[in-house]
Order: sequence, then C-alpha cells, then structure tokens
Amino acid sequence: MKRALVIDDEPLARMVVLEYLQSFKDQIEVLGECGDGFEGLKAIQQHNPDLIFLDVQMPKINGFEMLELVENPPSVIFTTAFDEYAIKAFEAHAIDYLLKPFTRERFDKAIEKFLSQVPAPQTVKQHTENLLEAVAQSPSQHERIVVKTGTKVKIIPVSDVEYLEADDDYVSVHTSEGSFLKNKTMSFFEQTLDPSQFVRVHRSYIIKIQNITRIDPYEKDAHIAILKSGAKIPVSKTGYVKLKQVLGI
Amino acid sequence: MANLANTFSKIRVAFISGGVIWAAIITYLVHSFGFTWYIALSDGAICTILLGAACWLINNNLRYYQPGKGSYINLFFWTLALTAASTFGARWILPYVVNNQIYSNFLAQSVTIRFCTNYLAIGWMALISMIWYSQLDQKENEKRKAEAEKLARDAELYNLRQQLQPHFLFNSLNSINALIGFKPDEARKMIHQLSDFLRGTLKKDDQQQVTLPDELAHLQLYLDIEKVRFGHRLKTEISCDKSSDTATMPPMILQPIVENAIKFGLYDTTESVTVSIRAEMDDNYLTMTVQNPYDPKTARPRKGTGFGLSGVQRRLYLLFARTDLIETYADDNIFTTIIKIPQV
Repeated sequence: MKRALVIDDEPLARMVVLEYLQSFKDQIEVLGECGDGFEGLKAIQQHNPDLIFLDVQMPKINGFEMLELVENPPSVIFTTAFDEYAIKAFEAHAIDYLLKPFTRERFDKAIEKFLSQVPAPQTVKQHTENLLEAVAQSPSQHERIVVKTGTKVKIIPVSDVEYLEADDDYVSVHTSEGSFLKNKTMSFFEQTLDPSQFVRVHRSYIIKIQNITRIDPYEKDAHIAILKSGAKIPVSKTGYVKLKQVLGI
Repeated sequence: MANLANTFSKIRVAFISGGVIWAAIITYLVHSFGFTWYIALSDGAICTILLGAACWLINNNLRYYQPGKGSYINLFFWTLALTAASTFGARWILPYVVNNQIYSNFLAQSVTIRFCTNYLAIGWMALISMIWYSQLDQKENEKRKAEAEKLARDAELYNLRQQLQPHFLFNSLNSINALIGFKPDEARKMIHQLSDFLRGTLKKDDQQQVTLPDELAHLQLYLDIEKVRFGHRLKTEISCDKSSDTATMPPMILQPIVENAIKFGLYDTTESVTVSIRAEMDDNYLTMTVQNPYDPKTARPRKGTGFGLSGVQRRLYLLFARTDLIETYADDNIFTTIIKIPQV
C-alpha cells in the first residue's frame, strides 16, 4: 500500500485528484490534503508519504520552494494549469506532471507509471534536485530564498541578503536578522543570483556589492572587503579581479 | 492630389512667365548694345529656350532622384554640365540664325558672363527643386508614419484587451471538471459565467465607453468564478456612490486591476483575503479604488505576474494621452490601486 498526499490551494482542484484516486484505493491510501506549502511541508514531515500531488502556484511559497525544504522528497506528480517554464523543467527531468484540467486516462497513466516502477528514494532525490536546479534558473525564482529554521519557514527577499558563506554542505545566508542555513552549494547561488549584484569574491564567500563600504589590501595579492554591517570578508586574487570587473574599475 | 496637380500647373505658369521675362531682359540688354531688334530677339529667345530646357532637365532629374547625403557634389557637376551645354549651345546656334560679324564678336566676348548668369539660374533652379521635392517627400513620410502609428496603436489596444490569463482559464476549467462530478448544476452555472465573461472580453471596442454599472456587472462574473475557485478564502466588498452610476469608462479597465489584487492578495497569505472596490465621483473624474492585503516582507515584486497594472497604464495612456491616471500605494499591509477616468 502506497501513501499519498494532495497539496493544492484550490479546494476543487484537490477534489478532482481525490475523486480520480478513488479507483486506486486498493493500492494508494490518501493521507490527507493541504491548502498551502506550509501545511504540505508539515504533513510531509509528519507522514512521510510515498507520493505527493503538488500544485506549483500556491500562496506564500510555491510548490518548488516547498520541495526545496523537504529533506527526503517523496515522488512528485506536479499539477499545474499553465507554466511554460515549469513544464520544460518537468520534461527535462522525467518528473511526471498533469496539466489542468486533466482527463482520468492521463491521471491513471501517471499513477500506473508510479506504481509499476516506484523509484528508489535516492533516484527520487536526485531527480528532484536536478529539477529544482533547473527551475532556479528561471528569472522569477531569483527574488527570494526560502529557508527552514527549526520548524518555521522563513522567506528571505534577495534584497535583504548581505552575504553568503560556505558552511560544510550548506550555505549560510547572512541577513540583518541573522544567518540561515540553506541546503545548496555556493556555485548554485553563484549561478542563480543576479551577477550584477552578487559577486563570488572568494571560494567560500559571495557578497552583495551594495553592501561594501571599503576594500582594503591584506597580505600579498589578497584583499579584505568591509561591509556595512562591519563584517570583514576575505577577497581572493581572482575574486578581486571579478569585483573590479563588475564595479567597472 | 487635386491640390497637388493644381500646385504643379501654377508652377508651370510661373516657370513660363519667368522664361518670358528672362528673354525680355536679354533682348533689351542686347538691343542696348546697339544691335537690331531682330538680333536681340533671336538671342533672347534662343538663350532662354536652352536655359529653360536645362532648368526643366535638372528639375525633372531631382523629382525622381533625390541626391543622398554624400552626393551633393554630383548635383554640382550636373549643374555645371547643363550650364556648359546651354551656354555653348547658344554660342553655336546663334551664328546660324544671325549672320553679322559684329554680333559674332560680341557673342564670343560675352560667353563668360552668359556662362555665369546661366550657372546662377540653373543652380538656383536645382536648389529650389531639391528643397521642394524633399519637402514633399517628408510630408508623405510623415503621413505614412502617422498612419502606421495609428494602426500599431489599434493593434496594441486590441492585444492588451485580449491578454487573458491562461492560468485563470485553465484553472476555471479544472474547477468545472471537479464540479461536474458531484454538483453538475453548479458546473453548468460556472460554464455560463465563464462564457459570459469571455464573450464580454472579446466583443468590447475600446473607443466605445461603457457605464460603470456595466463594467461592474462584467466584473461580477469574473469575481463569481474566482470565488468558486478559491472558496471561502476570497471575499469582496464593492461600494459605489449613487452619483457614479452614470459615469462612463473604457471597458475592461477594472477587471485586470482586480485580478491583480486577487492574485497579489491570495498568493501572499494563507488566510482569507478581502478585496475591496470603491467607486466615487471626484470633480470630473470617476475615481476607483481597489485594495488588497499583502505582506511587504514576502511579496514578490509585481512584475511578471501577468497582465498586471502596466497593461492598464498603457491603455489609459493610449486612450487619454496621460500617465497620471493610475496610482499605487503600499502601506500598513494594504496595497491600494487608484484609477481616475476623465468624464466628458
């Protein structure tokens, strides 16, 4: 018996999925339904489902942002009305999706595909990560970073970010309200953040140009950037070259 | 066009009378040197005919080939060549007509001054024609440009009105799909609302103003559909002053703004959302205020949220040539959009 969760902000949209799922009630147990990403996140942690039906456009945090916060993501069947970019990403990463309104036949096909080849958790995780990476490249995703602190979800607008620091397998996002860990790599942020605003000045640091107050020389070839908050950030030789390029000096 | 033909015939008359005067002057000058009227008249006539031919040639030339920026030098050589042809032509023809040794000497001696006056006349003709034709060209261009702009404007207005959110359409269809299963009557009702709404967006003409109650009725169709989709989460408050009942406005101005408010409000909170719409008369303006709650901390920038406000702003600009008819304010977690429609 597989266990499934339906996450969509429109009640009628959830109802369609639940109705269609009726014909699989011997194989799939419905754990519940959630009206937004926060509820979804909580329910996933609580029940650890095998499969989720996930809408992309939802209040506060969208489907992708929610998925980013799940440590061991279950298999996902996305349900969306229209999002050219997301559809491209789904296709590229072999993750199943249903375009609303979808037929029962199309729905059954998605379920049968899931049931016949329930993928290993490791494969699911890999697919999800690839998908999220692809989605993060879309321009609309550059404006905020969603992080989890304990049980709470925090949405950090990119404009509030002061600098990013590598921290083992995580990246520490420093803001005026403190720092938050995000389960991503430095190169991920280097690629997705606006390069005219953020520069990777060091292997372990990305800083926001606006926040620099001073750049001082430090030992040979190296520099130190002093931010508005007083933080001192090492700048490597190549980082200094990049910084000069962006600043146009 | 009749006007232009009229102008051309007037120019022809002016050209011919100019020629007659020119011939008279030469005749008088030559006669004053002591030659007979016959000689003087032959000189005047032949010189003027040749000069006129040269002028006509250069004028015609410029009529069909406007010199480019770098090719004024060509025009100079043309003028020079035509002057030479007309002057030396006269110098060559006249001895055949007038058989007089003294006159032949006079002709030979006066070639330089004849060349100079001819050059001046032809050069002047070239200049006038060039300015005249380039002005005609410019007028034509301007007319074409104005026409093209009008066409583009019409097309743009049409497009702006057509831009419906595919999201809205597909999600509505999905809701209908859900209702068909257990509430077929409601599904049917929603199909009718959706059809009426779509028909309303398609048939409206931008030049044709609608009254505020008409626009609100159309908006209500849209709100009813959205309320089915979002259930109890979406609430709306609409209030209108009595005096605004007769106010008119371009069709489909309010709907995109309310759509924006709903999206902005609903996707920015997990609670229920109240969108309020208020219409009142203010001097000679119909003022409409749309408010929605939002969270300044997490709101995504409004760009890229589909049709949005920029489309409305552009339409108001195209219709009224003003950019100050739409204003937005964000404070105390309430986002306010105000539009003003001038009343005639």
